[in-house]
Amino acid sequence: MANLKELNKRKELLSGGHRMCAGCASPIIIRQMGLAQEIPLVVGSATGCLEVSTTPNPFTAWNSSFVHCAFENSAATVSGAEAAYRSLKRRGKVKEEMRFVALGGDGGTYDIGLQSLSGMLERGPRILYLCYNNEAYMNTGVQRSGATPMGTQTTTAPVGKESIGKKQFPKDLTGIAVAHKIPFVAQASPSHWNDLITKSQKALSVDGPAFMNVISPCPLGWGYSSEKTIEIARLAVDTCFWPLFEVENGTTWKLSYKPAVKKPITDYLKAQVRFRHLLRPENTAVVETIQKRVDDDWAALKKRCGVTEE
Amino acid sequence: MSKKLLALTGNDAAAYAMKQINPDVVAAYPITPQTSLMEKFAQFVADGESNTEIVLVESEHSAMSACVGASCAGARVMTATSSQGLALMWEIVYIASSYRLPIVMPLVNRALSGPINIHCDHGDAMGIRDSGWIQLWAENAQEVYDNLLMAIRIAENSGILLPVVVNYDGFIISHAIENMYLYDDAEVKKFVGEYKPKYTLLDPKNPTTFGSFDLPDYYFEHRRQMAAAMKDSFKVIGDVAKEFSKICGREYKNLEGYKLEDAEIAIVALGSTVGTARAVVDELREKGIKAGILKIRTFRPFPEDEIADALKKLKAVAVLDRADSLNAVGGPLFDEVRGALYRKSAIPAVNYVYGLGGRDMGFPEINKVYADLAEIAKTGKVKDLVTYLGVRD
Repeated sequence: MANLKELNKRKELLSGGHRMCAGCASPIIIRQMGLAQEIPLVVGSATGCLEVSTTPNPFTAWNSSFVHCAFENSAATVSGAEAAYRSLKRRGKVKEEMRFVALGGDGGTYDIGLQSLSGMLERGPRILYLCYNNEAYMNTGVQRSGATPMGTQTTTAPVGKESIGKKQFPKDLTGIAVAHKIPFVAQASPSHWNDLITKSQKALSVDGPAFMNVISPCPLGWGYSSEKTIEIARLAVDTCFWPLFEVENGTTWKLSYKPAVKKPITDYLKAQVRFRHLLRPENTAVVETIQKRVDDDWAALKKRCGVTEE
Repeated sequence: MSKKLLALTGNDAAAYAMKQINPDVVAAYPITPQTSLMEKFAQFVADGESNTEIVLVESEHSAMSACVGASCAGARVMTATSSQGLALMWEIVYIASSYRLPIVMPLVNRALSGPINIHCDHGDAMGIRDSGWIQLWAENAQEVYDNLLMAIRIAENSGILLPVVVNYDGFIISHAIENMYLYDDAEVKKFVGEYKPKYTLLDPKNPTTFGSFDLPDYYFEHRRQMAAAMKDSFKVIGDVAKEFSKICGREYKNLEGYKLEDAEIAIVALGSTVGTARAVVDELREKGIKAGILKIRTFRPFPEDEIADALKKLKAVAVLDRADSLNAVGGPLFDEVRGALYRKSAIPAVNYVYGLGGRDMGFPEINKVYADLAEIAKTGKVKDLVTYLGVRD
């Protein structure tokens, strides 16, 4: 458990003055993760909002070492840095302890970077891969990704006379990571900062790869005013649309949070412009389909975690 | 100077060079005809003869990405590939040079798909000719070994910091066994020295950002600096060759002429074909035909003035390309050699595209080139500017 008084004394990973949008969750997530422990980090990021906004040459917002290479290779690039660390340490050329973090948005993780991520998880280096998941290609203007929820309005899967927006459910990337049977996998949300920091701490302390999928509300792409970011993230958790859990070694499932009252998915949908069309009467069936998927997934997760019904 | 004579394949020679260099990190993925190189090197590591950290990634794209990450972390880094592997890593090849990372990569030249083909062709290397990598070309296994050892020093020179690719012909060099000399471990170790990067990811007291976002106010300057480094590398390539001559007993040059001093007709070529052409030239010389060869070892940077100077006394020259630009003009080497001759010479220059996808380039084909050249030298007239040699038209 993180202690606010203690966290307050820790060094921030990002400096002020970065160029991320007001209300963007991703720098909040990165700062929370950065507070998890005090061993210096080497951070790598895929191309994306976070990368372009934190490193406009000649400036950098990173207080740690930072490397960006390309879009689909955050995991492979950081794998190389971590291999260099082990090699140079063995050869006596590097003395200090360091930890390694690879970052990517959902496009860089679910889609174009999935192969690189899977390769890293299989090889097993001591790296935390954190996906800040804003559920679409936000850096290029809100195009649909493999993480975009069903029924979302995006610029490449727009709503129209013949379309409800994205037709498919997102892929279960957290499940894919679990299937690699790595030491630690978790879902987290910046609304539950203590949980996110505690999970980051665990992820950075296991001797092997860890994967964290963190929901990252985007005021611009999701359509809500920028002061509501944490509120929206909390709604995602309280509707069980984005449940918080962790899995050790691919087998030991643990539910991190159970809402006292599970809110209906419509509470989440109506708070965001990207889902507004779903509330029209002709789309009732779509909302029911989404609600059913949320309910089924939630029931399956509780079963895996050994949580019995009240 | 101590050396031992051994019979090795080109891939064995490259693996042996890597063992002696003992890089901090090697990231690799299998592809024909490179594979036996990395297998051999992995065996050296398995046997404890090298203690390199090998990252066996899931694609060449990740191989070059891991090389970039490791090199940013201050490691001495190598990889190797061929053809499709290079095509897949192409995006990151450009990133490696723009980050000024001194990665060294043997490239076992093979035809690009499609149609799929695994044999010798220079199309892969030509695809990265504008990537900002220094390109050295080897004629045989000995030159593979020597060029790789020199490549480390060229790449890591603090005034250069550009990656280096060492090209050699797939199968013809990579899998053929040749007699060659290997140098003493201690001598090689002393020659390659230690890589001391100025900035690294592994210095928490001086955290550094690599790969920042360059907008129109910086990108151009960074590209301009690469161009300057490429130009400056001529001197470093020469200095390194001079120093290396104390180990190998021969001073490598950007170009190597064969019987060129008094030649009237000559070919310009890269790689193993030069070896075959030497034998053809010897035969022609016996018949009193003044034939010669200009071998290009340093293709990037492109030694334009040296080429123009080396060819200036000829009556006709043929440029041999084991790749086609498919630009309706000819091969890439021809374009560049013609550019080098522009305004410096009025010698008739013709182009032969040969050996694509591993098609044999033997005595009859090379003899035809020299016969054509003799005719051009006599008449001063060029009948065919570009000829596809040894193909069923």
